[in-house]
Amino acid sequence: MTLTIILAGVAVLLALAPLAVTIRDPRTATDVVYGISFIVSAVGLAAALVQLLSAAPPLTLALPIGVPWLGAHLRLDALSAFFLVVVDLGALGASLFALGYGRHETAPGRVLPFYPAFLAAMTLVVLADDAFTFLLSWEFMSLTSWALVMSHHRVPDNVRAGYVYLIMASFGTLALLLGFGLLAGPDGFYTFAQMRAAHPSAAIGALALMLALVGAGSKAGIVPLHVWLPLAHPAAPSHVSALMSGVMTKVAVYGFIRIVFDLAGGPAWWWSIVVLALAGVTTVMGVLYALMQHDLKRLLAYHTVENIGIIFIGLGLALAFKSYGMVFAAALAFTAALLHVFNHSLFKSLLFFGAGAVLTATGERDMEHLGGLIHRMPKTAFVFLVGCAAISALPPLNGFVSEWLTFQAILLSPQLPSWGLKILVPATGALLALSAALAAAFFVKAYGVTFLGRPRTRAAEAATETDSYSLAAMLLLAFLCLLAGVLPGLFIDALAPVSTALVGVHMPEQSGGQWLSIVPVAASRSSYDGLLVFLFMVISGTLAAVAIHRLATARLRRAPAWDCGYPDASPATQYTATSFAQPIRRVFGTTVFYAREHVDMPPPGDTRAARFTVELHDLIWEAIYAPLAAGIGYVADRLNRLQFLTIRQFLTLVFVTLVLLLLVLAL
Amino acid sequence: MSGIQFDIAHLLAGSLVLMSFLELYQDRLYALLNVYAAHAFVLAASVAWQAFIQDAPHLYVTAAIALGFKAIVIPVALHRMIVRLGIHREIEKVVGVGPAMLAGMGLVALSMVVMLRVTPDADPLAREDLAFALAVVLLGLLMMVTRRNAVSQVVGFMSLENGLVLAATGAKGMPLVVEISVAFSILIAFIVIGIFLFRIRERFDTVDVQALDRFRGERR
Amino acid sequence: MNGLLDLAVQGAQMLLVLALAPLLTGFVRKVKARLLRRRGPSLLQPYRDLARLMGKEVVLADSASWLFRVIPYLIFAATWVAAALVPTFRTGLLFSWSADLIAIIALLGSARFFLALAGMDVGTSFGGIGSSREVMIASLAEPAMIMIVFTLALIAGSTQLSSIAEFMLSPAVGLRVSLGLALVGLIIVAVAENGRIPVDNPTTHLELTMVHEAMILEYSGRHLALIELASSIKLILYVSLIACLFAPWGLAPSGAGAVALATGVSAYIAKLAVGGFLLAVFETSIAKMRVFRVPELLGAALMLGLLGTLLRFVSGSF
Repeated sequence: MTLTIILAGVAVLLALAPLAVTIRDPRTATDVVYGISFIVSAVGLAAALVQLLSAAPPLTLALPIGVPWLGAHLRLDALSAFFLVVVDLGALGASLFALGYGRHETAPGRVLPFYPAFLAAMTLVVLADDAFTFLLSWEFMSLTSWALVMSHHRVPDNVRAGYVYLIMASFGTLALLLGFGLLAGPDGFYTFAQMRAAHPSAAIGALALMLALVGAGSKAGIVPLHVWLPLAHPAAPSHVSALMSGVMTKVAVYGFIRIVFDLAGGPAWWWSIVVLALAGVTTVMGVLYALMQHDLKRLLAYHTVENIGIIFIGLGLALAFKSYGMVFAAALAFTAALLHVFNHSLFKSLLFFGAGAVLTATGERDMEHLGGLIHRMPKTAFVFLVGCAAISALPPLNGFVSEWLTFQAILLSPQLPSWGLKILVPATGALLALSAALAAAFFVKAYGVTFLGRPRTRAAEAATETDSYSLAAMLLLAFLCLLAGVLPGLFIDALAPVSTALVGVHMPEQSGGQWLSIVPVAASRSSYDGLLVFLFMVISGTLAAVAIHRLATARLRRAPAWDCGYPDASPATQYTATSFAQPIRRVFGTTVFYAREHVDMPPPGDTRAARFTVELHDLIWEAIYAPLAAGIGYVADRLNRLQFLTIRQFLTLVFVTLVLLLLVLAL
Repeated sequence: MSGIQFDIAHLLAGSLVLMSFLELYQDRLYALLNVYAAHAFVLAASVAWQAFIQDAPHLYVTAAIALGFKAIVIPVALHRMIVRLGIHREIEKVVGVGPAMLAGMGLVALSMVVMLRVTPDADPLAREDLAFALAVVLLGLLMMVTRRNAVSQVVGFMSLENGLVLAATGAKGMPLVVEISVAFSILIAFIVIGIFLFRIRERFDTVDVQALDRFRGERR
Repeated sequence: MNGLLDLAVQGAQMLLVLALAPLLTGFVRKVKARLLRRRGPSLLQPYRDLARLMGKEVVLADSASWLFRVIPYLIFAATWVAAALVPTFRTGLLFSWSADLIAIIALLGSARFFLALAGMDVGTSFGGIGSSREVMIASLAEPAMIMIVFTLALIAGSTQLSSIAEFMLSPAVGLRVSLGLALVGLIIVAVAENGRIPVDNPTTHLELTMVHEAMILEYSGRHLALIELASSIKLILYVSLIACLFAPWGLAPSGAGAVALATGVSAYIAKLAVGGFLLAVFETSIAKMRVFRVPELLGAALMLGLLGTLLRFVSGSF
């Protein structure tokens, strides 16, 4: 029943896409498309929640469309239901936001048809129960998001972004195709049910892991396959960026979990080493790349890479525990990863919506041209602050809870017997702690330079508050961030069926805890009560305010800034994003990015300006992609000569190939 | 062997590793010599403790030699040498402190893994002390490899030798005569190096090893 | 009855920390002055400073926002809640299960997050310099602290501060290598987080040497009083933390009677005095480091924490 409702919603969305083309008036088209998407996502969310919370048995459906001898199999089990909740919640927020934001869209005809198709594709990926449906929906998802990335195609950066995205997406799908082919085996068991029953050998399972890591990992943003993400995510319109960062990467995580935890057989002990090593590198590199960014959306995209790394750390730990049969620890690590999936989709969408609001209000994405927006857009500034605090893992918000659970999983790891894991897990823990601290630092930068201070350009001075639809979407997400931080036990219990299905057991029941605290392992070991921490902070803050009100004077006056006695009216004297990042760039950038600073001072008497240059190298691009692209270009150039052969030479080629094939057949 | 004896032995061996890290961190020559003196002092304490718990009185002599020669005589002599040679007192590094520390961490992890995997049946106190000793040896080598100043390379060599002494005392039954010969050979090597340093200083005006290589006609 | 007593003890702990914080700051200043052969301000001077600030009018910059006015309360709330959860004279605090050591560090991290935002709010270069340096220091100090917490948690089997304190009191603890490493690391992190020499100078008036002072440059009146009180509370939090983890003698166990509680309080005050004295001697005997040498120091602390954790992962007897 729930499955049919969701599929009906998908059908509505797919029908909406061509409908959007026929409506003439862009305003009406915007309202219709986003309004209907909102309703469909709400219905889908409700259906998925019912399936997840009632812990019902999986629902399957086989449709006769698609490949002739296979049809299309669809399945709604606990894992699909959870990811469907994530997808639909993100879609809900994005549609609501876009009802207001979409009015400012300059090319609605290039966005509106593809948006509902994108939502439908993501839903189908999560529901797919056989390899063909999965890959078809995956490619459809890539294609529609590519179209959305290219919607502002006159901007040259966007064209390059779309190009890189298309190449990486095709490469990822190739890897997934090979992976599913391996799992299907020589007899062609393409449905997931058959793959589960087939119990692949260790070699096949290992290859499937590698291909899933490459295929799903490149879509999620694992270093070194992340290069498309910071180019493509900012290029799309803001609500689509939120969907790509907050939801599509999670669909990729779903693909990884489905293949590695469900279809590839029991994990070998060394699988977790590969996943953990990549995840640790991803976390730290993602956040360090954000160091040099002053484009608001690109900064957010790099932080997505970092958070995907955190999710994969949890998944890697779950694999490690599962392979040694330590199922309760595996449940903890797995639940931590899934909770971070949910939390990240919430605050990343919120942050992208805020960036979209800023973009609409000022026309600028570059932080160095903004500033002082807290005075002109107070409500947007408030919800953006909640998002920044959530992603920096500050209690009592939700980012802290999933990070805390991951730390608790790391603290259970000394029991793992493998030597490689004994060395790798503490190193990963250190990398995780380092990235959390750096993330907080960069969000101080992002918020401080964009919203605080004084406006740096006319555009920033002229900003106005966003419209009520966008604000409503952001407030909803901010409220959910607070809720998930203050009542985490509810969310952990909701994840229990998913954990049971994939790891075997689930975490202990959280709803009975004292004052709604969460106890991941045992009360004597550790516990956390988000509600109490929140209440304590509120109470002590109020006490302080009351005491100050009684004991201190209430006088206040406005005056020019003190600035140590040297106030400067020009807003150019305040810190920019690059200058804020300079100390951290000195510490980390010299090794990681070959950061070098050059100062060109004119000699005395020369009146030209001094010049300060910072040189940064993207080592991954220069070491892997640039040589690869150069190599391919070289080979292509050489093969180009095949275009200019005479007819006789073409015939010779055909003749030689024919003879070779006949030889192969003969032997 | 009771818990607290275990723990003190480990504490002293761990402090030796900590001293090696502290040597890696220094960038001034006099401070480095002081840290080396502390290194030798901790070694002497560790050997004395081993003498106490193994009930082996000849190790007390080893401890006294470590204290006398390595903690007092050698640092003072090196100090005098630096003053006489007029060596610039800042240590030029090939890699910065951060990467050197990270490499040091990796070396400690490596020695843990190697030592504890290779000796699963041995006495637990001895294997863990051996793991620390191997870490000290590797850190001494790291110091020699990442420093340009010849005096700091000598100090790295001596802390390496301290690690060897720690390993030898950890494994029961090292005779005293070996220790005397080892100490004297180090002393001789030190004197020889010192003479060479004087000669080089008179000729070339510097003891920066990279400058020396230039005069050997090698290009790097 | 027992529950009421526990509640009273928790409340007493919170008020004790609040009341003693300025006294500790005054004591450190007095000892530093004496070591420099000055008479120094009276021990109660910080209280007088706070009272004076409360009576002064707030001068707010034209470009300051509502966030600037709210932040002192947020910082104070976060720091006080964190300090209320560190056992000072008795373990087993009533609400100790609501936030473990990781949560306490995260609460201090949120206080620092908001303080850095306050530095950026008015839009001057001094605020920016303070905030950017503060987050650079924090980007290494916080991971170092978390690795130290891991080391302690792996030894004691829990991240709950009361449980760790009780474990340290019990005979099972022994003299471990990783504890020694954690102690050295914790001292370095405590110096860095509280903005003490060699990382930052709490008494400097030179703008280019400021970190903490630069961020609060624009604050005045009652806001400045709250922020100064919050930094004193942070100092007493770290001293109490080191005392309860590494010098737990005298801590009354949970459910103890009045005599044990009195002993606990007097032992705590003695530990504060010793800690303050050692801090003053340490600050007077070394010079402040150049800003870009601080990451090397904190990197060393991170390595110590990592080494301690690694040793605990590798073998249970380290």
